[in-house]
Amino acid sequence: MGKVATREAYGNALAQYGADERIVVLDADLSKSTKTDTFKKVYPERHFNMGIAEADMMCVAAGLATCGKIVFASTFAIFASERACEQIRNSICYPKLNVKICATHAGLTVGEDGASHQCLEDLAVMRALPNMTVISTCDEIETNRAIKAAIDYNGPVYIRLGRLGVEAVHGEDFKFEIGKGVTVRDGKDVTLVATGLMVQESLKAADILAERGIDARVVDIHTIKPIDKDLLVKCAKETGLIVTVEEHNIAGGLGGAVCEALSENYPCKVKMIGVQEKYGKSGTPAALLEKYGLTAQQIADKVIAAKG
Amino acid sequence: MDKLRLLELQKQATIIRKYIIDEVFSANSGHPGGSLSCTDIFTTLYFEEMRVDPKNPKWADRDRFVLSKGHCAPALYATLACRGFFPEKDLYTFRRIDSYLEGHPSMNYVPGCDMSTGSLGQGISTAVGMALAGKIDKKDYRVYSILGDGELEEGLVWEAAMAAAHYKLDNLCAFVDFNGLQIDGNITDVMNPTPIADKFRAFGWNVIDTDGHDIEGLKAAMELAKRCKGQPTMVVCHCHKGRGVSFMEDNYGWHGKAPNQEQRDQAIAELDAKLAEIEAEIAKVKEA
Repeated sequence: MGKVATREAYGNALAQYGADERIVVLDADLSKSTKTDTFKKVYPERHFNMGIAEADMMCVAAGLATCGKIVFASTFAIFASERACEQIRNSICYPKLNVKICATHAGLTVGEDGASHQCLEDLAVMRALPNMTVISTCDEIETNRAIKAAIDYNGPVYIRLGRLGVEAVHGEDFKFEIGKGVTVRDGKDVTLVATGLMVQESLKAADILAERGIDARVVDIHTIKPIDKDLLVKCAKETGLIVTVEEHNIAGGLGGAVCEALSENYPCKVKMIGVQEKYGKSGTPAALLEKYGLTAQQIADKVIAAKG
Repeated sequence: MDKLRLLELQKQATIIRKYIIDEVFSANSGHPGGSLSCTDIFTTLYFEEMRVDPKNPKWADRDRFVLSKGHCAPALYATLACRGFFPEKDLYTFRRIDSYLEGHPSMNYVPGCDMSTGSLGQGISTAVGMALAGKIDKKDYRVYSILGDGELEEGLVWEAAMAAAHYKLDNLCAFVDFNGLQIDGNITDVMNPTPIADKFRAFGWNVIDTDGHDIEGLKAAMELAKRCKGQPTMVVCHCHKGRGVSFMEDNYGWHGKAPNQEQRDQAIAELDAKLAEIEAEIAKVKEA
């Protein structure tokens, strides 16, 4: 099967579900990159380019939402979550308005554009906002279902999407529920808790670990907030060691969310794999994952070290 | 506007000013200067111009209002209460722990409040979104917003200004409360946002200059805005901060300070004298 980027799945999902006339899509001069232009081709009358003005885009989204619109606002993750953070906080989250921020080009795998465009803090920043639901999808099917769920949910949602084409994890029959993690591979010795394209890397790491006699479970946490505490506690009870894997700084992201959930409910050892408080740099996606220690082999090595 | 109607509106504005003083006095904090500055704009909007129904504050076809300078919540609350959206007695709970009247307005708590504001620059941008929704839905409601002159120092205001002109939002009419003062002093000393009218004109807006305390002039500006097609309107309102209370007028020290008992009593006495003056004139007009 071919590789599909989650941003592409997002654009296709918007076009697929876009017949709902409440849906309005905003972009900030990146519609060809964020893929909202796929929606624009079908519903040009409900797609608005707000220009290179992300702060304004977020507040305009809020105003539209007060008039009953389901608003999708897209730009790169760095500009959505950090440049326009306070607009999201005060004009979208505080009044709990129905805006879906679909932020593409998250993580290192943006590639050659380098550090200024590689957002490694968005999960932490968005997770800190009351009323915000935070989602990070790993493949085409999951993205499609997440967009549908976001349309059906009334309130602010941040959805983290990637630039890079990724392999499928889930099948057509995949059921998506906000706040419910998914066990994508069973195992009893350790649980790899991953999000975004680290789900695929973690599955490959589990294959490597199997050769070394370690039976690794892999859980796809597509909803960072509210996080699936019950599933995390169950995994901690059944496998002991928990290893979080994210294409994001370890401060406050998936690892932080998992540690918060477990330390309050079932304290146990957690190894956090992610970017270690650094900025990215230019390079190919594969070279970047290698440099920052996020390839399947590197994940497997860290799990073995953590297992002691 | 006939003379009697004008006097009634001036009387209403004076009543709103009295409530503003008592809200800020009761809370022992808040923003009296800017609230008194924009009171006449509020009065003209809510008692003469806007299509609203206090019994149905979420009416889909209502005109919308966004207080972009959200710190002037005392003026918004006093206006909404006088217009019948909630009881006037609640105004005395302003800024208290058990009150729905937050220091800056929340749309989820206050009947008649169309948008939560307080962070400068964001309100006008959300008003652009509301006006855009009106265009998408082909509805005839209008969207109004009041900005501060100091607020124009926020870059977001100009992003919003660009977008409103780009999408030809002629259903949007904004007012800038041009009183020349901000917290730290004269706007031209702190960070000069003038010339205001020229800037909005250059951004593609229909711009009208008026005395911000002249209710007939404000009403005329609102009518001109409705007749302007294809452009949003900015009414540059020349105002006096602290208008109506002698010791607060044109004094930036009253931007965000509550009066003490003596000052409150003096302010109320001055406004009561103004009320008596207007009522005498009303009686005279009615006799004639």
